[in-house]
Amino acid sequence: MSLLYAVFVAPFVDMATAPAFFVEVLLGGVFAGLMYSLVALGFVLIFKASGVFNFAQGVMVLFAALTLVGLMERGAPVPVALVLTVAVMVALAFAIERLVLRPLVNQEHIILFMATIGLNFFLEGFGEMLWGANVKRLDIGVPDESFQVAGVLVNKLELSAAITAALLVAVLAVFFQRTRIGRALRAVADDHEAALSIGIPLKTIWVIVWAVAGIVAIAAGVMWGAKSGVQFSLSLLALKALPVLILGGFESVPGAILGGLIIGVGEKLGEVYWGPLVGGAIENWFAYVLALAFLLFRPQGLFGEKIIERV
Amino acid sequence: MKVRGFLIGLLAMTVAAWPVAGAWAQDKTIFIPLFVYRTGPYAPSGIPNANGFQDYFNLVNERDGGVNGVKLVIEECETQYKTDLGVECYERLKGKKPPLVNPYSTGITYQLIPKAPVDKIVVHSMGYGMTASADGRWFPWVFNFPMTYWSQASAFVKYVASQEGGMDKLKGKKIVHIFHNSPYGKEANPTLETLAKQHGFELTLLAVDHPGQEQGATWLQVRRINPDWIYLSGWGVMNQVAVKEAASKGFKMDHMVGNWWSGSESDVVAAADGARGFKSMTFHAPGAGFKVHQDLVKHVYDKGKGATKKDLLGEVYHNRGMINAMLNVEALRTAMLKFKLKTPPASEQARWGFENLNLTEQRLEQIGMKGMMRPLKVTCENHESNGMAAVQQWDGKQWKIVSDWIEPIRDVVRPKLEAAAVEEAKKLGYTVRDCSKEK
Repeated sequence: MSLLYAVFVAPFVDMATAPAFFVEVLLGGVFAGLMYSLVALGFVLIFKASGVFNFAQGVMVLFAALTLVGLMERGAPVPVALVLTVAVMVALAFAIERLVLRPLVNQEHIILFMATIGLNFFLEGFGEMLWGANVKRLDIGVPDESFQVAGVLVNKLELSAAITAALLVAVLAVFFQRTRIGRALRAVADDHEAALSIGIPLKTIWVIVWAVAGIVAIAAGVMWGAKSGVQFSLSLLALKALPVLILGGFESVPGAILGGLIIGVGEKLGEVYWGPLVGGAIENWFAYVLALAFLLFRPQGLFGEKIIERV
Repeated sequence: MKVRGFLIGLLAMTVAAWPVAGAWAQDKTIFIPLFVYRTGPYAPSGIPNANGFQDYFNLVNERDGGVNGVKLVIEECETQYKTDLGVECYERLKGKKPPLVNPYSTGITYQLIPKAPVDKIVVHSMGYGMTASADGRWFPWVFNFPMTYWSQASAFVKYVASQEGGMDKLKGKKIVHIFHNSPYGKEANPTLETLAKQHGFELTLLAVDHPGQEQGATWLQVRRINPDWIYLSGWGVMNQVAVKEAASKGFKMDHMVGNWWSGSESDVVAAADGARGFKSMTFHAPGAGFKVHQDLVKHVYDKGKGATKKDLLGEVYHNRGMINAMLNVEALRTAMLKFKLKTPPASEQARWGFENLNLTEQRLEQIGMKGMMRPLKVTCENHESNGMAAVQQWDGKQWKIVSDWIEPIRDVVRPKLEAAAVEEAKKLGYTVRDCSKEK
């Protein structure tokens, strides 16, 4: 009986009796969720355009952040370092299309997936060789301080990360819906062969989409790097994006955002209010439980395309 | 034709003699494998540590001509701090007859403990690994001097008491232990729980899952509890994020104390100025102001044989690597003096050296480490020795010792340790030995 009370009643009593803290937990979840979405977006973009699950997206986040901070350490002003990092990520997209994707055109998706695993290890080792393994501080000019609003503590860095994520999503949404390239990307995502038949260049589209994923990786790397320092565990962020993708669907930009928010808020609520019942540290796997539970009802994810197959 | 025949004969003799020559060379050197992690997410800690080992072993070869005249041969094996790779390294290198291994990971240590008595190789897990293995009666091949996690946790509680005005002032205080959700991170919990009961402080245990990149929920709980003190048992990115979170939430940094794996230069990089005041436990001093560092520059770095940049000498993990290497060397030296050896000690002899290590103030002075760590004495029963801890603090630029040496609460730790040793040894099917019969 007391267990039932602890699981089904006590947490809600707690939320009601300390509403300011509850709001703080929610806000913490929203901020964390948007940060997860930033990482998940990179996966979605590439999956949308090529059907490839890019195992190397987490390492791309790391590589982008390492490049940026490496250039800054060598005296490049922030804007210059940022432009150069964008250039590096675009060059990387070209190289990936030419050396990895093009030779594998028409191969099974699993082959392409395996190729991205190889890319993952190459980029990790190459990044380490190029920029070293030390933890690097990334100062983006936003003080890591907190302020109070009606008893709720808000962190300036997290707030700015959330705003950046929101802006990036808005820009991507406009890019996909309103531009020619965006429409071409969606056409390729819908049907490669049909897109090719009306003259959409598949290779160019792949370069563009990998370049955009690279730029998204820079944004994710900057935000996470400012939070924890730029270091090799940034590549493990991919693990945080997976439940977001399961929940939001692999092909949907809004899905990545909403999925991120649900996962972020869900794991924070779970850890703070239910975690102590089992000794804590449920945050990581609770996110997957949430995502898997969701799959029971919508196997294609929140905004994923419904799978209809003729039998 | 004669010349051709002679050359073939010479070649055949060379090939035949090669293994013998190799064995002869091996007999004249002591082989020590180094399990390192210079790559992967834990490389920021692994690199300075490995460099510290390399530098000290090199110094012994260059300055002293080896250990009692026998040179050390070192071979690194990359583990990336992964248990499976560590075990692979061990299996690959044990054929070279090393007298000891330093696993440099609690996970790897747990895997090697059952192998040590079979292969007759000493496992030295300096300040990590299985705390229970400090009972030498049950674990003759495992050593964890100068201290265990349990002794460390008790020293932390004593330090808090000293800051609060005495052990009686602990009553009612709130202490939070934020720990890596792994066997390593959980090690301190039983000691902290026992001491919380004894002294009436309120202990909250908050686990953080690997790798610890996102700790939002943990710090929300910390904010709610509003503790007087935080004890941090983190590793890698978990430390950097925890220090940064504490600073950004406005927690008093001088009331947050990391364990000795949570207090290095890389742990304070991300928080920058916010980390000022953060403390950590240690069993040796940081900094490059010791004679051993002068020796290192003179005998190793000036000859171009240094493992790192000269200005990185004195970093916490570089010093720790040196201390670990020094303890290895002194144990081997103890064995070689006892058995009057000018050749590498046999495995049982090396084990004897570890078990009878008596590192005196005088010896520390001779090797240039006076003041860098406390003297210690290992016994058959006590493989963690009589080591003591200290507290160091980050002043914004460097780590500095800010406490006296703290004696662990041995009367609490030791009985629990002995009970745990019986339990762990039972799992492995070990029998207890009578230390009064050991010479």
